[in-house]
Amino acid sequence: MADDKANAAAYWKANVSLITWSLVVWALVSFGFGILLRPMLMNISVGGADLGFWFAQQGSIITFIAIIFHYAWRLNKLDKQFGVEE
Amino acid sequence: MSQFVINMLFVGASFALYFGIAVWARAGSTKEFYVAGGGVHPVTNGMATAADWMSAASFISMAGLIAAGGYSTSVYLMGWTGGYVLLAMLLAPYLRKFGKFTVPDFIGDRFYSRGARLAAVICLLLISLTYVIGQMAGAGIAFSRFLEVSNSAGIWIAAAVVFAYAVFGGMKGITYTQVAQYVVLIIAYTIPAVFIAFQLTGNPIPSLGMIGTHVESGEPLLAKLDAVVTDLGFAAYTADTDNKLNMILFTLSLMIGTAGLPHVIIRFFTVPKVADARWSAGWTLIFIALLYLTAPAVASMARLNLMTTVYPQGTEAAPLAYEERPEWVKTWEETGLIKWEDKNSDGRVQFYNDANATFKATATERGWNGNELTVNNDIIVLANPEIANLPGWVIGLIAAGAIAAALSTAAGLLLAISSAVSHDLIKTLINPKISEESEMKAARISMAVAILLATWLGLNPPGFAAQVVALAFGLAAATLFPALMMGIFSKRVNDKGAIAGMTVGLLVTIVYIFMYLGWFFIPGTATFANTPDNWLFGISPQAFGSVGAIINFAVAYAVSLVTDAPPKAVQDLVESVRTPKGAGAALDH
Repeated sequence: MADDKANAAAYWKANVSLITWSLVVWALVSFGFGILLRPMLMNISVGGADLGFWFAQQGSIITFIAIIFHYAWRLNKLDKQFGVEE
Repeated sequence: MSQFVINMLFVGASFALYFGIAVWARAGSTKEFYVAGGGVHPVTNGMATAADWMSAASFISMAGLIAAGGYSTSVYLMGWTGGYVLLAMLLAPYLRKFGKFTVPDFIGDRFYSRGARLAAVICLLLISLTYVIGQMAGAGIAFSRFLEVSNSAGIWIAAAVVFAYAVFGGMKGITYTQVAQYVVLIIAYTIPAVFIAFQLTGNPIPSLGMIGTHVESGEPLLAKLDAVVTDLGFAAYTADTDNKLNMILFTLSLMIGTAGLPHVIIRFFTVPKVADARWSAGWTLIFIALLYLTAPAVASMARLNLMTTVYPQGTEAAPLAYEERPEWVKTWEETGLIKWEDKNSDGRVQFYNDANATFKATATERGWNGNELTVNNDIIVLANPEIANLPGWVIGLIAAGAIAAALSTAAGLLLAISSAVSHDLIKTLINPKISEESEMKAARISMAVAILLATWLGLNPPGFAAQVVALAFGLAAATLFPALMMGIFSKRVNDKGAIAGMTVGLLVTIVYIFMYLGWFFIPGTATFANTPDNWLFGISPQAFGSVGAIINFAVAYAVSLVTDAPPKAVQDLVESVRTPKGAGAALDH
């Protein structure tokens, strides 16, 4: 039982760290590249506009999809590694 | 064949399809009624959730908003998609593991109190009812424009169709009709966009066309658009915003608001396994992105098309003579969505930004006497097929698509409302001994009542249709999202903390919105004029949900820390939702 508890705690810790890193990327592409850092990316041009504009209108959405699938894939591996899968 | 007959055929055929599904997917148990039996494939659920989520606003209005607003309206694109990242990692899988039927179910059990459950039911009803008004009104508009019936007749027809498959089919009927509705709406949205992208940029993929080259001028499309609009005194399409704090908070509000919407969350209760909930959120976003990556392309291209229609010889030459206006302008003038007023009596259409003081000299020099053309944002999507000279059947498809978008969201909202009433209010709070059969009956009756109420509200909109979005997302962001997230990620937050957090979050957000948009949205009662100068730190009412959420988190933690920790059983519940093992199917209880 104690082992089970320690195992569950370790699994949760791994999950929270994965979530944290995913959220860093999530915030970077939207709030970062798309809004706050846009002035710094003005010189990088993407088809008639700048990289920040592209991230705000297309790039962030594409990255969001990648984040979710990466998270699901990694967490499914963690589920098996810690033996907590259904 | 007349356009009216074609529209009738398309809309009629789509309704026949929905009715067929309703008959096939009749719900036999409360489990089928609330969560479609819990056996929906993650990809199927992704498609249904995409239709559930994409409303009349996404389909009809969003591209028009972006066309008018340019870069700063990217908040809708990022905000309404970024929420799925939060849903996939912070809420959906754990709530699926919890394995019950409604959002208040979790809040009531996790915060072990009837007060918390009741607070969640109230928040849910406020959010979902305000949201459903827009859907009924949207369906009414689509009917009246394409099928030549009155607005109110349109709303009654929409109500009858939803009634047929939602009351009998419950979540099961809704799920499979939403899949059909997704297919209808995505085809309808994409076909005109592909043709327009090909005409303007030579690239049939709209999202690539947007960052491609404008064939006629040889310049990049967005650079060409920037040049044309600034020539006429409008702000550049890609111009940066000077209020970045507001843009960030607005985006965040839409993101956490999306993740906190009950009708979206309950869709994830229908998949068989916890891991499926994670994948399903990814599939949902793929299906949503098909429209959301096309929308900004449609926006920029339609804006350019509109400008070049009015200035066929370029912005330096004389604008379009009114008598030579194209057919589609005449069609939409009849609906009042395009208006022309010849202010300088020259018979030509001057379309420019007359609020721009530095452009005034140029305008006077050219003999212009104010902007003469007003174009409703909704035109951008609705008139697309005609602007691109597409055949009549594409217009019929747009009609069916707009109605599908409104109906699919309305049905999802009505299910969230009826399950909160029959399951949380009647079964859990009022009469726990109710039998399965009576609960089913209660669920169907509350669904029927909810449809009647939504119809009535759609027929008599309280005059704040435009503000509804701000309210629904602000409330979801400030109340349900923080409560759900803390319920999963903290073992320390207790009943008192959660109730205090939800109450304060709700009040702060609603008061801030009322202060600028009118108390209870009654016109003329606003405390301050709704202008950026008056906003607290430049934060708009629409963006305030994220502030409400932060306050909710802070209050809930503070109150919890000075009161007792939750009982052992509740802490065990939190541990159990954190691991997928032992979930099984959604529990009958």
